Amino acid sequence: MSLNDVVITGIGLVSCLGEGPDAHWRALSAPGAAPVLDAERFAPYTVHPLPEIDWNLQIAKRGDQRQMETWQRLGTYAAGLALDDAGIKGDEALCATMDMVVAAGGGERDVAVDSAILEASTGRPDFDVLLNEKLTTELRPTLFLAQLSNLLAGNISIVHKVTGSSRTFMGEEGAGVAAVDIAAARIRSGQSTHMLVGGAFQTEHPDMLLGYELAGYLHRGPWKPVWQRQGAEGGGVVSGSGGAFLVLESREHAEKRGHKAYAELGPVVSGRARRTRGELASAIDTLFEAAKLPDGKLLTLSAASGGHAATRAEKAALDARPDLAARAFGTLTGHMKEAQFPFAVALAALAVSNGAPYPPFDPANETAMDEKPREALATAIGYHQFEGMALVRAA
Amino acid sequence: MAKLKDHLGRPVVAVTGIGVVTSLGIGKADNWAALTAGKSGIHPITRFPVDQLNTRISGMVDFLPSSTKGASALTYELAETAGREALDESGLDAENFGGPLFLASPPVELDWHDRLALYKSGDNLDAAERVLEAARTLNSCDMFDSAQFGFIADRLADTFGATGLPITLSTACASGATAIQLGVEAIRRGECDRALAIGADGSATAEALIRFSLLSALSTSNDAPEKASKPFSKDRDGFVLAEGSAALVLESLEAALARGATVLGILRGCGEKADDFHRTRSKPDASPAIAAVKAALADAGLGEDEIDYINAHGTSTPENDKMEHLSLSTVFGERIGRIPVSSNKSMIGHTLSAAGAIEAAFSLMTMREGVIPPTINYDNADPAIPLDVVPNVKREAKVGTVLSNSFGFGGQNTCLVMAREPV
Repeated sequence: MSLNDVVITGIGLVSCLGEGPDAHWRALSAPGAAPVLDAERFAPYTVHPLPEIDWNLQIAKRGDQRQMETWQRLGTYAAGLALDDAGIKGDEALCATMDMVVAAGGGERDVAVDSAILEASTGRPDFDVLLNEKLTTELRPTLFLAQLSNLLAGNISIVHKVTGSSRTFMGEEGAGVAAVDIAAARIRSGQSTHMLVGGAFQTEHPDMLLGYELAGYLHRGPWKPVWQRQGAEGGGVVSGSGGAFLVLESREHAEKRGHKAYAELGPVVSGRARRTRGELASAIDTLFEAAKLPDGKLLTLSAASGGHAATRAEKAALDARPDLAARAFGTLTGHMKEAQFPFAVALAALAVSNGAPYPPFDPANETAMDEKPREALATAIGYHQFEGMALVRAA
Repeated sequence: MAKLKDHLGRPVVAVTGIGVVTSLGIGKADNWAALTAGKSGIHPITRFPVDQLNTRISGMVDFLPSSTKGASALTYELAETAGREALDESGLDAENFGGPLFLASPPVELDWHDRLALYKSGDNLDAAERVLEAARTLNSCDMFDSAQFGFIADRLADTFGATGLPITLSTACASGATAIQLGVEAIRRGECDRALAIGADGSATAEALIRFSLLSALSTSNDAPEKASKPFSKDRDGFVLAEGSAALVLESLEAALARGATVLGILRGCGEKADDFHRTRSKPDASPAIAAVKAALADAGLGEDEIDYINAHGTSTPENDKMEHLSLSTVFGERIGRIPVSSNKSMIGHTLSAAGAIEAAFSLMTMREGVIPPTINYDNADPAIPLDVVPNVKREAKVGTVLSNSFGFGGQNTCLVMAREPV
């Protein structure tokens, strides 16, 4: 135990399963949890949609809500939940000295404007001129800000007054891994005392599906659990809308203000396998080594996307370690890209804090575990690139 | 013997390699010659038609093979070109760098021409569905890569043999400075002996231009492009969108000296502070910028009277320059009138995600060369901003320390303090 240990003192979660740590614990700790799916709206793709959210609960000003599209609202909302949970929300002094790392993609484009441009392109040889005509007249000026990656963090600063520092990392699951990694490293080294870290992903927009589908990553046809999509039609990923934010603090900072921690965040490890050279399997092994896994049964929250190659490699690595009781929560929430790893860490912390494992989410592929988890592992093997793991321990 | 630890007991961070590309040219030599000659790189836009556009000028980099191949390809080439120059100068292995990579680059979106190509290859009645269907059928690795936020850093890490998971970041117009800050922090934490920090931005597309234009952020001085960027002038009317890149090889001073590397400068301190006032506007009292400057000075262990030169953010927007003056005069008091403050953007425009890195590179060169690049187009001083902007002509000066400011949309404020020599 050290004063600069990193502890998790706040969790903000939103997914198709609901909002908040308690709702997620209830949904996921009950055997036989069912996914919430929408197979119609974006057919042939299935998505895990957002639950109903009253944005006013975390974003008090309508004016602020109007400046954002759903992705930024979702992230700002989840960040607010985490701050509330940590007892920091509204504490001006704590927010003004709080550092922030947000894992972000981009915001939503205006589908109507884009579609109108594409439709008008038929028979126009001068597409670039058409673009100028349409974009100068039809784009909403503020939409740009709703699309900018760093404006999720910007909105968190504006709405929740988190202003110590603000950094945005980009790069799919890897951004989430790096965000948690850097936040923890800053606390361990004494560069920061308390941090807000996380991300959000809003999949219910054609461009957010397009990001995967340009390389054919999305699963098509009837929904299946994450581990059962190999060989099915499409690329294996079923995406979901959601957000996950964590409040991380030094042990000393949390104890001084008397706030109970869910868990301690242990080693965070990351890597970049050159997958085209066949390095993924050995890279996953290297991460397992570096994460310093404890002996005995270990609850493992897998952020697996279902993407065929990555999920196959992760499954093989997990199967080779029978002590790891894997739980691919993407089966129930869908793949939330940048938010996927912070989400995995949050679920790991909840299990340790509640002193109980999750039942298998896919009983055919996940082994039962009866032991009370003192530790839990979170893994993220990116659907296309980048890998990371974090070990969470009882605080 | 130079001290290897700073005032807080952390490893001192040295710069051992610098690379830069702007509209003024490729490489430090060409850029420095143009910059100190007061030459502008701002020119009429030729990359795409300018019909309907209010702003028809930019500081685009039009002379690279990827200049016409879209934002992702150009940003990569800019980053690689600067990275290679920096690595070559450092004397480290440019294929096997052996340290982490921190990349500041613009958020990516599928290029319009790719979107159009997808649309044209499908037949679904709904445009968005048609694009999705076509994407699935085409399965184009190139298009996919160009729309992945982590792709450029992944490829750079491959090219240069960087270790670990490369970090791609965006703090808007402060991104380049943040990339350097992340590298400095990693070395200070003892995670590595060396880090590669790159800021690159090749995203001056028509849509990007239009978006900034709709926010009334851009200069419309189309008739005299080289005169358009006029930081601190009374008639300044917005920034000029530009492209470019810079790379710094950062090393612990101890590691640099041990291998006999030439130390080009010291990264003394980094400071940041977020603004909660507005998405595009700064708090009227400039308190976040003030806090960022003060944090950088404190981190560097330097007092307000120990800064010799300030490399301003100086965008040439009415708002930024006024706010920047307020922040500087608040921190430095009446002495601000005697500190030279110049804006590289008067010549290269605003290179957005790359700006903080490019301006750090130029700040380091300013100290090494003993020459301060001017603020050009300073023909009509703004009496509300009484600064020594090094007007129009370079100035020879012994510069031992520099403060470089970067302020961005979304309340991003990051400042760097650099020194010529180790202590």
